[in-house]
Amino acid sequence: MSSTATVSGQATTGPPHRRRPAAAVRRVPRIVWLFLLIPLAVELAWVFWPAINSFSLSFTRWSGVGAAENVGLDNYRNLLDDPIFRTAAKNTVIWTIGFGGLSVLIGLALAVALNRPRRGVGIYRSAIYLPMVFSLVVTGLFWRVLYQPDGAVNSTLEAIGLDGVSRQWLADPDTALYAVLVAAVWRQVGYIMVLYLAGLKGVDPSLEEAAAVDGATAWQRFRHVVFPQLRGVNTVVFAVTVIDSLRTFDIVWAMTRGGPYDSSQLLSTYMFQQGFTLVNLGYGSAIAVVIFLLAIGFIITYLVRATRED
Amino acid sequence: MAASTTVAPTTTPPQGPSSRPRRRGWAFHAVMVPFTLLWIAPMAFVLTIAFRSFDDIARRGLGALPTSFSLDGFTTALQDGAIGRALANSALVTLVGVVVTLFLASLAAFALSRYRIPFRRTILLGMLAGNLLPPQILLIPVAKITESLGIYDSLFALIVVQVGFGLGFYTFVLYGFMRGIPNEVLEAARVDGAGPTRIYARIIMPLCRPALAALAALATTWIFNDLIWAVTVLRTEDKFPITAALLNLQGGFVSNWNVVASGAVLAALPTAIVFFAFQKHFVSGLLVGANK
Repeated sequence: MSSTATVSGQATTGPPHRRRPAAAVRRVPRIVWLFLLIPLAVELAWVFWPAINSFSLSFTRWSGVGAAENVGLDNYRNLLDDPIFRTAAKNTVIWTIGFGGLSVLIGLALAVALNRPRRGVGIYRSAIYLPMVFSLVVTGLFWRVLYQPDGAVNSTLEAIGLDGVSRQWLADPDTALYAVLVAAVWRQVGYIMVLYLAGLKGVDPSLEEAAAVDGATAWQRFRHVVFPQLRGVNTVVFAVTVIDSLRTFDIVWAMTRGGPYDSSQLLSTYMFQQGFTLVNLGYGSAIAVVIFLLAIGFIITYLVRATRED
Repeated sequence: MAASTTVAPTTTPPQGPSSRPRRRGWAFHAVMVPFTLLWIAPMAFVLTIAFRSFDDIARRGLGALPTSFSLDGFTTALQDGAIGRALANSALVTLVGVVVTLFLASLAAFALSRYRIPFRRTILLGMLAGNLLPPQILLIPVAKITESLGIYDSLFALIVVQVGFGLGFYTFVLYGFMRGIPNEVLEAARVDGAGPTRIYARIIMPLCRPALAALAALATTWIFNDLIWAVTVLRTEDKFPITAALLNLQGGFVSNWNVVASGAVLAALPTAIVFFAFQKHFVSGLLVGANK
């Protein structure tokens, strides 16, 4: 206000400029506080408050009616002895490695192949992006159709003489998880490719040319010249993939609901089953807390990365 | 993407004979054409199932080449499967959700990026962190909160939840974008006596149009494709969005694969259209979050 006038005296020559710009910015108008506080309140109420509640619920036994009974660490102790929880935890690890590994390998390979402008590249790229716009439920249903005993997967296998391999992919406890995984990777590859294509744009082409002149093979150039320059993208892809893996719910729910015999159960689906199908709210919350604890390291990685480039 | 051929001849110092790149071009297409066909084969297969008749599928199997053409799958899915209503529910939730989220996020981003709010960096990262949380940690309390507010099992609850959970990410992206707007533009407006509301509405928002378009394309597919929030706050089938309705359809029409396939195709169409219409925005939307 008036006090700002005393500070002024910057090289303002002309007519009475009462406010110095920086000072005007420093004083936050009331309406601007409102701009910030409304969205912040929404997020606090619908994200942070529920998240805190999950922690406190995880120390209780509660079926949703009446008062929650405090049981201390019992839920966590029970988790350790719960064979389905152990299956779900193991499957989540398999899922994270398989889903992340395969989609990164394929996505990166495709990005490298489709990086240079050439005839047809646009079409190839679009075709590979396309699955990622489908919901995981749609993807799941697509692949359920494909995996039917007389569906496309088995008829293709039989057509190329691999009759012995064909089976009921989703009904077989040995294959259900991997069958779902393939469907999820199919959808994810496009996204990973987009991330790497952007990363490759930042790679200095003259370095690669120099290496080519020096006689480096295509693989050597990729391994020693291009890949090291992708470190930033790799961090993002890594964090995003792990966070996504731990969240994975829709596609498993749509294809197997964690079955048969809990063979494709992930922590996320088991949490949902406990919390909403069986209404063990305390136990379900404990599983949710475990998922959170697994995710938090990667969330921090992503956040650190997000701040660094700002 | 179509204009890519015009950019071509920047590299390639002409050292080797020209036959080598051309041969490699052949190899490239020889690998990519089958690969791409394999990639789209699942979609093509489901599409043919959707247009086959039930009798044809029952008699000759799912894997057989189609000998019939029928729209029965679609009509059944739309009428008995209530896919039409579910699509309308999804459209409503998505439209309102995207507009409200982007509006609120842009307000927060404007405040954080253009004013000296104390701890603004912490606030921003806190908001982003909220969006990165696994939804599982929120599900049970969110269901309980909607119940105690009396909005459980309503589309309103679904919209509110979607808005709350999405806000952090969009705020973060828009913050980055708004930071890039040069200060001079705003100073000029300030000198002219424009208040924060006018600066936001008349200057910042129009300049943010590319970022908003990218985020809108992204948010549309995210909200439209969501399942987990829908099954958390909704119970009545009338209110289900398309994802939840599809799962019901699958349960209700077991082994009527033409109906299930038709439902899946109907559910896939809107996002596929958004994708093809806004491919550039969509791709830049995906990047905008990851590149920061």
